[in-house]
Amino acid sequence: MAGITISGVVRQFGATPVLRGVSLTVEPGEFVALVGPSGCGKTTLMRIIAGIETADAGEIVIGDRPVTRLRPAERDIAMVFQSYALYPHLTVRENIAVPLAMRRLSAPERMPLLGRLLPGARAKRAAIDEEVVRAAAPLGLEALLDRRPGQLSGGQRQRVALARAVVRRPAAFLMDEPLSNLDAALRVQTRREIVDIHRAAGVATLYVTHDQAEALTMADKVAVMMGGELLQVASPEAIYADPADLRVAGFIGSPRINTLAAEADAAGRVTVAGLPAGLRTEARGALTLALRPEALRPAPAGLPAVPEHLEFLGDGLLLHARHAPDGTPLIARLAPEAREGLQPGAALKLGFAPGRALLFGADGRRVASRADAALVPA
Amino acid sequence: MRARIAVLALLGVLVLMPYLWMVAASVKPVSEIFRASLSIWPEQFAAAENYGKVLARVPVLHYLWNGVVVCGGILLFQLLFAVPAGYALAKLRFPGRGIAFGAVMLGLLVPPHVPALPLYVAASGMGLLDSYTALIAPFTISAFAIFLFRQFFSALPDDLLHAARLDGMGEWSIVWRVVLPNAWPAATAFAIFSVVSHWNDLFWPLIVVQGHEHATPALGVLYFRSEEAGDDFGAMMAAAVLMTLPLVLAFLLAQRRFVEGIATTGLKG
Repeated sequence: MAGITISGVVRQFGATPVLRGVSLTVEPGEFVALVGPSGCGKTTLMRIIAGIETADAGEIVIGDRPVTRLRPAERDIAMVFQSYALYPHLTVRENIAVPLAMRRLSAPERMPLLGRLLPGARAKRAAIDEEVVRAAAPLGLEALLDRRPGQLSGGQRQRVALARAVVRRPAAFLMDEPLSNLDAALRVQTRREIVDIHRAAGVATLYVTHDQAEALTMADKVAVMMGGELLQVASPEAIYADPADLRVAGFIGSPRINTLAAEADAAGRVTVAGLPAGLRTEARGALTLALRPEALRPAPAGLPAVPEHLEFLGDGLLLHARHAPDGTPLIARLAPEAREGLQPGAALKLGFAPGRALLFGADGRRVASRADAALVPA
Repeated sequence: MRARIAVLALLGVLVLMPYLWMVAASVKPVSEIFRASLSIWPEQFAAAENYGKVLARVPVLHYLWNGVVVCGGILLFQLLFAVPAGYALAKLRFPGRGIAFGAVMLGLLVPPHVPALPLYVAASGMGLLDSYTALIAPFTISAFAIFLFRQFFSALPDDLLHAARLDGMGEWSIVWRVVLPNAWPAATAFAIFSVVSHWNDLFWPLIVVQGHEHATPALGVLYFRSEEAGDDFGAMMAAAVLMTLPLVLAFLLAQRRFVEGIATTGLKG
C-alpha cells in the first residue's frame, strides 16, 4: 500500500506563479479530492505528480520512493484524463491491454505479427487478455471489447479509461476531472462507480475537480485550492461546516454562503450594522460574518431583511432577500411550509443560532467565536 | 444535384481525355493515328504489334521493377526520417526547435533542381553514379514530408501522448504505435504524392543513370523513343501505357482505403 506525499511544490509559467509551495499527503487507500476554481493550479499539480509536467521546486514521494526525477512510466501511477485520451486506432480490448503489454512483453514480443510467434508470447498475451476481461467486466464493458473508441458514447469511453487505469494495479490513481464531459445524470452514476472502483482497489487516489458536489460526495478528504495555494485540507463535513478561510466558505456550498460586514467592539462583542449578533470573539475591528443559507430562518428577532423573490425547489424554498441596512443580498433555505406568511416586499427578520455563525478576520482567515450568553441572541 | 453531376462528369472527361487518347493510340496502327479525322475507337487493332514491339525491344519489366525499388526505397526512408522529425518538431520541447523548424521551412523553398549539381558531384565523387543509391539517397529527407507531418501531429491531443507515456511507452514507441497509426490520412496523402512524383521523375534519373540497368520507367520511355521507335507513335504510346499502368492499378485498388483514410479522422473525445 502506498500513499502520495507532495512537499513544497513550486511552479511558475514565466513570471506567473501557478503553484506557490503546495504540500499535500494522500494516505494509502485514501480518496482525496482536489477542488478549486478553473485556473487555480490543480491540474498543473496533478500533472507534476504524474511526471508530465516538471516542478521548479519541491518533492514528490509515492509509497516510500521519491519519484520527482523519474519518468511518468516509472512512477507506478495511472491517470484518467478529462479527454479520456484513449488510443483511437485500438479496440477497447487493446486500449485496456496497453499498460500491461508495455510492461510485460519485451520489445520483439510486441511486434505486430512476428511477436506472436515467439516462445512465451502466446502465454503472456493470454494472461493479459484474461486480466483485461477481469478489469472490463465490473464496468460493463464486456460487450464492447472489440469496438473502437469512436463507436462508444462519452460514458462508455470514460469507463474504458477507468478500466485502463485499473488493469495495471498501480500504486496510485490520478483523476483529472474525469466526469466533466458527461451529462448530469451520467455524472451522478459514474461518481458512484468511481467510488466503488476506489474501494475495490484500495489505492491512494487524487481526484481533481472544479465541481464541489463531486468533491463533497466522493472524497474522504477535500483539499481546496485557490490561486496556487492549498487553503484547507479536511473532511467534507469539516470543509462545509468549519471552513478555515472565507474563500473556502465562499467556494464550497450551493447556494453560496451569505456574508455580512460585522464589527467587534473593544470587549469583543460582535455587531452587524449596529445590532448585536450574539457572539463574542478575541478579534477586534472589522470582521466578516458568514451564514449558510440553511442557518437563516424567519424569526421575531434577527437581521432585518426585505424579501425579493422565492424559488420553489420541491423539497424546500430559497428566499432571496436583501439585508435592510446595506442592501447585501441574503439567501435563506427554508422548509416548503414556510411559504405562508412570506410576501415579496414585506420586511421580515432573519434569525440564526449564534453557534452556526462563522467569523472571519480582515485577512479572510477564520476567527474563533462563541455564543454570548450575556446578549440576547438575535 | 443533376447539374452538379453533369459538371463533375464533364470535368472528369476533360481530365481523363489525354489518358484515354494515349490508350486508344496504343492500339492503333500508325496510319490511323495520323489520320485527319478524330476517332477514339480504332478501326484496325494493332495492339499486339505495338505492345509486342515494346516488350521485345526494351526490358519493360525491369524498368518497372526499378521504379518499384526506387519509389519504395524513397518512400520508406522519407517516412522513417520525416515521421520522427515531424513528431519532435510538433510535440517535444528542446533547445533549437524554432531554428530546426525554420530550416525545414527554408528547405521547402529550394526547388529540387538547385542542389542537383552539387548532389551529382557528390555522387560522382563517391563512385555512386548509376546505382539505386544515387536514385534514392537525395530524396530520403523530404522537407515537405517533415512539414506535413509536423502540421498534422500538432493537432493530436497532448493528453493522448501523456497517456501513452504513463502507460509505459518511450518516445520511439509513441511515434510508431500511437502517432503514426493516427496519422494515416497524412501518411497516405504523402505516399501518393511521393510515389507519383518519383515514378514520373525524369530529371534526376536522366542525370545519374546511364544504362538500362538502373533506368526508371520514365527514363525507359525516353530510351525507347530515342533508340527504337523513331516516329512509331503507336509503340510509344504502348510503352507509356505500360509505364503508367502500375500507378493506375495501385490507385484503383487502394482508392477505397484512401478515401476512407481521409474521411474518417475521428480523434475527438
